[in-house]
Amino acid sequence: MIRFEDVWLTYRHAAGASAPVAEALRGVSFEIPEGGFRWLTGPSGAGKTSLMKLIYLAEHPTHGRIDLFGTHAARISRHNAALLRRRIGVVYQDFRLLPQLNAYDNVALPMRLARRSEAQIHANVSEILRWVGLEAKLAARPDELSGGEQQRIAIARAVVARPKLLVADEPTGNLDDDQAERLMLLITALNKLGTTVVVATHNLHLVARYPAPRLGLEAGRLVYDG
Amino acid sequence: MMAEGPRRAGDFLGLRAALADRLLPVLVAAMSFLAALALAGTLASAELAAQWQGDAAAALTIQVPQPQATTASGQDTRLDAVLAVLRANPAVADTHQLSQAEMTRLLSPWLGADVTTLGLPLPAVITARWVRPADPAALAQTLRQLSPGTLVQSGAIWAGRVAALTASLQACAAAVLIIVALVAAAVVAVATRAGLAQRRETITIVHGLGALDSDIAGRFAARATLLTFSGAAIGTLLALPVLAWLALLATPFAGPGARHAMFILPAALWLALPALPAAAAAIGWSTTQLTVRRWLKGLP
Repeated sequence: MIRFEDVWLTYRHAAGASAPVAEALRGVSFEIPEGGFRWLTGPSGAGKTSLMKLIYLAEHPTHGRIDLFGTHAARISRHNAALLRRRIGVVYQDFRLLPQLNAYDNVALPMRLARRSEAQIHANVSEILRWVGLEAKLAARPDELSGGEQQRIAIARAVVARPKLLVADEPTGNLDDDQAERLMLLITALNKLGTTVVVATHNLHLVARYPAPRLGLEAGRLVYDG
Repeated sequence: MMAEGPRRAGDFLGLRAALADRLLPVLVAAMSFLAALALAGTLASAELAAQWQGDAAAALTIQVPQPQATTASGQDTRLDAVLAVLRANPAVADTHQLSQAEMTRLLSPWLGADVTTLGLPLPAVITARWVRPADPAALAQTLRQLSPGTLVQSGAIWAGRVAALTASLQACAAAVLIIVALVAAAVVAVATRAGLAQRRETITIVHGLGALDSDIAGRFAARATLLTFSGAAIGTLLALPVLAWLALLATPFAGPGARHAMFILPAALWLALPALPAAAAAIGWSTTQLTVRRWLKGLP
C-alpha cells in the first residue's frame, strides 16, 4: 500500500536565508501493508508533517522512491495524482477548512469533487456529522465554530468518502478526552473495514491506549519501525 | 436546513469575491465599445468604398478639341469619328455628348452664365460608362489617332486610389481590433492572477482533496466568461447611440435611397455587433483557462 525507499526531502530556502537548504527527511524507508495502522511519532521538527505530505502527494521527494496503491508516485500523471488524492483522506493539523463554506459543504466537498450524487452526499454527510456530534451545526461557517468543532469537521471531511488511506496529523490535538475517544473509535472502525491508517501524534497516552506498530522519526531519520 | 448546503457550494472557490463583478466588466465594456466603433468603421468604409469604386470606376469622360474639324481621312468631323468609335466599342455604353445647355451649366461657375459669348474654343465633351473591363490607354490611343489632342479620363484611376485608401482604413481598423483583443486578454489574465493569489490557500486545499486542474480552471473560466460577456454586452449597447449619431452624419453620403440614418449602417454590422460579447467571452474563457492551468503547474 505505502512503500518508502531511501526517501529524502530537502526544502530550499529563499536567497538570503541563514541556511540555504533544510533536510526534512533523510533516507527514510518503510512499508505499510494495505489495511495496516501506523502511529507516527517524534518530537517537533522531526519530519512527521513532511512525511505525511509525501504520503498525500503534497510534496515530491528530492530523492528516493515512493509507491502508493502499488504505483510509483513519481510516474503518476497530474490527472491520476488528483484521482489518487480522492482515495486519501487527510486530517490536517491546522484543519484547512474553506472559510466561505458552511460545515455541511466543507464535509461534502470531497464527494462533490468526485461527482457523487447529491443523494449519496446527503446520506454520507448527515451520517458522519452525526458521528462527530455536529449535526446541529451544519450551517455554521468555520469562523462560527470552536477549535475542537473545526477539528471534528476536518475529520468528518477526511472520512466522508470512505477513503482507502487515512492520514491524520495530530487529529486529537484540539479535542477533549471524550471526543478523542470517539475519534479513535471511528478511526479503528475504518481501519477494521480495510482503510490503511497513518496517525501522527505527540500523545503517547493515546499510542499506549490503542496499541499498533509505530514509526519513530528524529531529525528526519526513521529511528523506530515496529 | 440541508438545502442550504448545495446552494452555497456552487462557488466553493469563493470566486464571486476573488473575480469581482466591477473592475473586469467595466474594462471589458470599454474595450468592446472601442471594438464596436472599429468594427463599424471597417464595415462601413468597405461598403462605401465598394459603392464609390463602382460609380467612379465606370465613369468615362472624353474631351474632343476642335470637334468640327475633319479627320485625316477627310470623311467625318473629329466629333463624329470619336462618337462612332465609342458607340462601336462593346465595353462602352451610354455614350452622350453634352449639349450646349449642359456645357453652359458645367462651366458657368468659372466662366459665367453665357459661355458662348466669350468665343472660347471649347472642346466637345462626351460622357460614357464602362460596362466591362477594358484598357483606357488603348481607347485613348485609338481616339487620338482620329482626333489629335483628344483626352480620355477614366474613373478607374480614382477607383484604384479609393481602393488603396479603403484598404489602409481597414488595416487600421483591423489593427485596432487586434490591439483591443490583446488588451482584453491581458486585463483578464491580470484579474485572474489576482484572483488566484487571493484564493491561493483555498485552491491548495481543494487541489489536495483531489480537484482536477480542469475542475479549478473550469470554475475560474466560467466566472471570467460571465463577467467578460456581460461587460462586452454593456459596451456594445453603449456604442449603439454613438453609431446612430455617426450614421446620421454619414446620411448625406449614402445617396438618395437612405431614408433612415440607421439603415445606412452595413447589414454585416448588425450580425457582427452581437458577436462581440461572444468573442469577448471566448477571449475571457481561453485566457483564464491558460492562466489558471499554468499557475496550477506550480502545485505538486
